[in-house]
Order: sequence, then C-alpha cells, then structure tokens
Amino acid sequence: MTILVIAEHNNTSLKSDTHKVVAAAMDIAQYSNANIEVLIAGARCAAAAQQATKLAGISKVLIADHVCYEHQLAENVGLLVADLGKGYSHILTAASTTGKNFLPRVAALLDVAQISDIISVESSDTFQRPFYAGNAIATVKSNDAIKVITVRTSAFDAVDENNDVAMENIDNVQDAGLSSYVSSELTISERPELGSARVIVSGGRGMQNGENFKMLEELADKLGGGVGASRAAVDAGFVPNDMQVGQTGKIVAPELYIAVGISGAIQHLAGMKDSKVIVAINKDPDAPIFQIADFGLEADLFEAIPELISKLS
Amino acid sequence: MKVLVPIKRVVDYNVKVRVKSDNTDVDLNNLKMSINPFCEIAVEEAIRLKEAGIATEIIAVSIGEKACQEQIRTALALGADRGIHIETDGNSQPLAIAKLLAKIVKEEQPQIVLLGKQSIDGDNNQTGQMLAALTNMPQGTFASMVKVDGDSVQVTREVDGGLVTLQLSLPAVITTDLRLNEPRRASVPNIMKAKRKPIAVKTPEELGVNVSGSLEVLKVDKPATRDAGVMVNSVDELIEKLRTQAKVI
Ligand SMILES: Cc1cc2nc3c(=O)[nH]c(=O)nc-3n(C[C@H](O)[C@H](O)[C@H](O)COP(=O)(O)OP(=O)(O)OC[C@H]3O[C@@H](n4cnc5c(N)ncnc54)[C@H](O)[C@@H]3O)c2cc1C
Ligand SMILES: Nc1ncnc2c1ncn2[C@@H]1O[C@H](COP(=O)(O)O)[C@@H](O)[C@H]1O
Repeated sequence: MTILVIAEHNNTSLKSDTHKVVAAAMDIAQYSNANIEVLIAGARCAAAAQQATKLAGISKVLIADHVCYEHQLAENVGLLVADLGKGYSHILTAASTTGKNFLPRVAALLDVAQISDIISVESSDTFQRPFYAGNAIATVKSNDAIKVITVRTSAFDAVDENNDVAMENIDNVQDAGLSSYVSSELTISERPELGSARVIVSGGRGMQNGENFKMLEELADKLGGGVGASRAAVDAGFVPNDMQVGQTGKIVAPELYIAVGISGAIQHLAGMKDSKVIVAINKDPDAPIFQIADFGLEADLFEAIPELISKLS
Repeated sequence: MKVLVPIKRVVDYNVKVRVKSDNTDVDLNNLKMSINPFCEIAVEEAIRLKEAGIATEIIAVSIGEKACQEQIRTALALGADRGIHIETDGNSQPLAIAKLLAKIVKEEQPQIVLLGKQSIDGDNNQTGQMLAALTNMPQGTFASMVKVDGDSVQVTREVDGGLVTLQLSLPAVITTDLRLNEPRRASVPNIMKAKRKPIAVKTPEELGVNVSGSLEVLKVDKPATRDAGVMVNSVDELIEKLRTQAKVI
C-alpha cells in the first residue's frame, strides 16, 4: 500500500499545509504499513519539490512540472492525480481552497467517494470528520479501494524537514484545455497566515469600518499574530474575503484567538472553537461568544483595544 | 441558454442541531428546513442571468425526500421556470448526487450549472466539482463574480490567498460563494404563481443511477465541549490571566 499526498505550494516553496497532510498520512501509515509519496504538480516547481524531499516520513517525491499546472487548474490537476492515483491506497491533500477545488474531481474520475475535512485517523479506512458546522462529529468508514481524503490541517501538527528522499519526474502531462487563468488579486501581508499563526485577532461587525481594523493589526503585531474577521465584516467590505474565519471560511486553531466585536454565530464558532485559548471582547454581555470564551471582557472595543495595545507595549 | 440550479433541502442555518442520544445521527425532528443558503445564492445568480437576457430558462432540481418539493417551490417563487424532483430516501452521498445531476445535464443540456459551494449540513463541498468531472465540464468554484461572454464565462473565485479569475469554456459548472450576490425574497404574487409552475418527478432507477454510497457512518458524536470560562473585569486582569494563567502571551 502506498499513500499519495498532493503538496500545496506556490511553485517555489511548500505551504505548511503540506507538512500537516503528511502528518495525517503518517497516522494512516501506522495502521497499514504504507509508504508515503508526495506529488508536486506545478510549473518551474523544482525548488518546491526539492524542499519536499526533506519531509519527514515520506519515501519519494514525484514532480509534474508543466505550464498547464502553474495555476493549479482543477481540470488539469484533477486528470493528472486521477491517472496517477490509480496505483495508490489513499490520496490526501489539504482541505484548502486548492484541495477542495480539484480533489472531488479526482474522486469522481476514480468513481469513489471523497471524505472531506478529516480531523483524525481511526484506522486505515476509518476517519473522523465534523459536519453541521462542527456541531457533530461523524466517524466514517470508507469501503472504497482508493480512499480520497481532504485533511483539516488545523487538526494535525506539521512534520519536520529532516529527510532526504529521491525525486522522480512525471511527464504524462494532462491539459484538459477547458479553462485558463486570467488574473489574481492576492492579499499581501507581512503577518503570519491564519493557518499557521500562533495568535489570531479577529474583528466583526462591531469594528464599524475597515479603517478601525488598523487597531487590530497593531494588536496582532504586538502579539506576533495574524488578523481574521467574521463574515459580517467581510460582507460589509471592511476587509478582504481571505480573512473570513468560519464554517465556510478558514478553519483555525491558534494558541490564542481574540474575537473583537464578534457575536459568536455558530458559523463563526465552527472556524475557531478549537483554538487553545479564546478571548472575547464584546459590549453585549449576552453575546454567545462569551459561552465558549476562556476569558470574556464586557467592554466597548474602542476603549479596550487601545488600552490593551498600550499596556502590552 | 438554459441554466440548471441544483438546490438542497437542509436544516435552516439558524438552527443548532443536536446529536441523538444513541449516537447514530443528528436529530432533525421538527426542525425548520430551508434551501441551503449557498443554493439560494445560486438561484439568485440564475435569475440575474435571466434578467440580463443571457439565460432563457432556469430549471431547479432537488434530490431527496418528497418534502424537498417545498424548496423547489421556493425556487420557482423566486424566479425559476420549472422544477425537477428526483425522489430518494434523502441519504445520498455527493458522488451519487453528482451522477444523478449528470443524467439531468445530459437530458437538459444546460450551458451553465450553478450549485452552492457547500451544503451546510454535510459540509462536503464536493458535488459541483464531481459533476464537472463526470460531464467533462470546466468548473469555477467559490464564485464571487460571474461574467458570461459569448461562449465562455469569467469566474472570480474566493481563494485562501484572495481572489483568482478564470476563463471557462461553456458549458461550465459554477459553485457560489457568499459574496456573489444578496438573494431576494419571493413576493406573495410570485409565490401564488409558483404553484402553477411544473415539477417533474423522477427516480434514480429511471435515470439508471445506483445511489448506494461507499461511506458508512459508524457513529456520530457531540464535539468536545470547552470548559466554562471566566469574565474578567478589566484589561489589566485580562493581560494578567493571559500571562500567568494561560501563558499564551
Ligand atoms: C451559509 C452561511 C455561511 C456562513 N459562514 C460564516 C463564516 O464562515 N464565518 C462567519 O463569521 N460567519 C459566517 N456566517 C454568518 C454568521 O451567521 C453571522 O451572521 C456572522 O458571523 C456575524 O458576524 P459578527 O459577529 O461580526 O456580526 P454581529 O452578529 O452583528 O455581531 C457584532 C457584535 O459586535 C458587538 N459590538 C458592536 N459594537 C461593539 C463595540 N463598540 N464594542 C464591543 N462590541 C461591540 C455586538 O455586541 C455584537 O455582538 C455564515 C452565514 C451563513 C448563512
Ligand atoms: N440532494 C441534493 N439535491 C440537489 N442539489 C444538491 C444536493 N446535494 C448537494 N447539492 C448541490 O451541491 C452543492 C454542494 O453540496 P455538497 O457537495 O454536499 O457540499 C449544494 O449547494 C447543491 O447545489
């Protein structure tokens, strides 16, 4: 049995999601004695593949280097992985917007189910996954010959880079010719990504406008953290979509999550309630966020946040 | 062009579901049911395409128990032209749903299939992508903007790093994200009119699809509960607790 992990990368380096998916693969390997191979599909992605050869626990890196994989178009990556994947017992990738985009295509092409968002491995065919916005956890057994899985990376600890395995070229290029990349508007930030930040400060509708988020950025910088938001703050245009934490946004589990002016709707809680320590700052004592907060402060955020910033200096 | 909109009947998003005491499933008894919010956004987008003179007919399709005809009626009241109900026991997995939809795509030949990105009950985020693979269509998932241009469509997608725009040849599958539009509500006259719009009923057998799935749910548990927290009285106390008790700053 061999497990195939599809790496998440930007052609030059791996994203930490990949290290966490390998950790999930190692949990499976423990039950099935399987080897783990990592596929890098990209364009001019040798540097990312080189980095992948160092991932602990793996036995080989496969590299499919072609322009048609540059932007991770689901039609192309889907064909490649479905073709290659036939020889594997498990195919895993991160439940990121990239993984969620191409992996269901792979499952359909292989005529097997996909198990989305696993948070634990119970055996080589049984996994746990949340559903209903995390209000229930299902233990799911797959009866398929090939298990196609997306991994909720916040539930696994990244493996180290202390290995040195061989790299193999995959030159069976699959260009479906159905889609093309036009442009992107990526958010550039010096702060840590939400997926790997140790501290996250998130703002909600209570922030009133985008300008006020500067306060949260300042607080995040003091704590070496990233900045997130509720859907309401994104919908209102205060901040970009990639900051949304929740059931249908990013799922995070930092050491410290500070929710500011966020009421605590179930959809928001679904994205952050596995954080180690939760702080809520809200002026409404009945806000549901206080029910899951370790430390609640009933206060006007426009007084509390500046005070917090100055006292942390 | 025809636009096909698959809609799912789910527990209303305001309801917090509970796990049954025998740990077999969640308890859905007597809970308010609605159209999956992402499907509502899909219906709205289809209506806007029709209002813009691009779409000519909107077909809403739902798979599940007889009761999902209520959600089809809602889509018809919002502006869909006709409905298709594929009657099942309501427990089908995304691959089976995608196979059923692929049959409808073959019959109806829509140029665009607009689905939600995710059902808020199963949280699968699979069906649109699977349908696209089965029908060899391109996909624009998690869409926040859709612009039809001749025989192709530009879709702006919400991704982890920001936004990405793709060009897809038609026919194509598009799945909606929250920022695509703000769905309208159905007016009373339209709700009345919707009662006369047709809903065709089909079965998986007629469509030749085996809907048995390969995933078995062994048990359903409540998520771990968090220990009750404390309210602090001041910023100073908060900092103190975070430093000495929680040791996270
Ligand atoms: C299909 C679907 C998917 C969704 N997905 C997500 C998701 O992924 N993530 C997400 O977050 N939401 C999601 N939602 C939305 C969710 O239901 C809530 O509407 C949203 O989380 C509310 O955001 P909020 O807490 O910022 O706003 P509100 O609920 O309006 O809360 C604002 C809070 O700010 C407080 N406040 C106001 N002023 C101050 C002040 N000066 N000082 C202190 N406190 C103040 C108020 O007391 C209030 O509690 C989804 C909804 C649907 C239907
Ligand atoms: N039973 C169903 N009937 C009709 N459409 C469905 C059904 N299940 C899923 N879909 C469609 O697929 C989307 C994504 O669902 P899922 O893959 O389950 O997260 C939904 O928003 C619907 O558009």
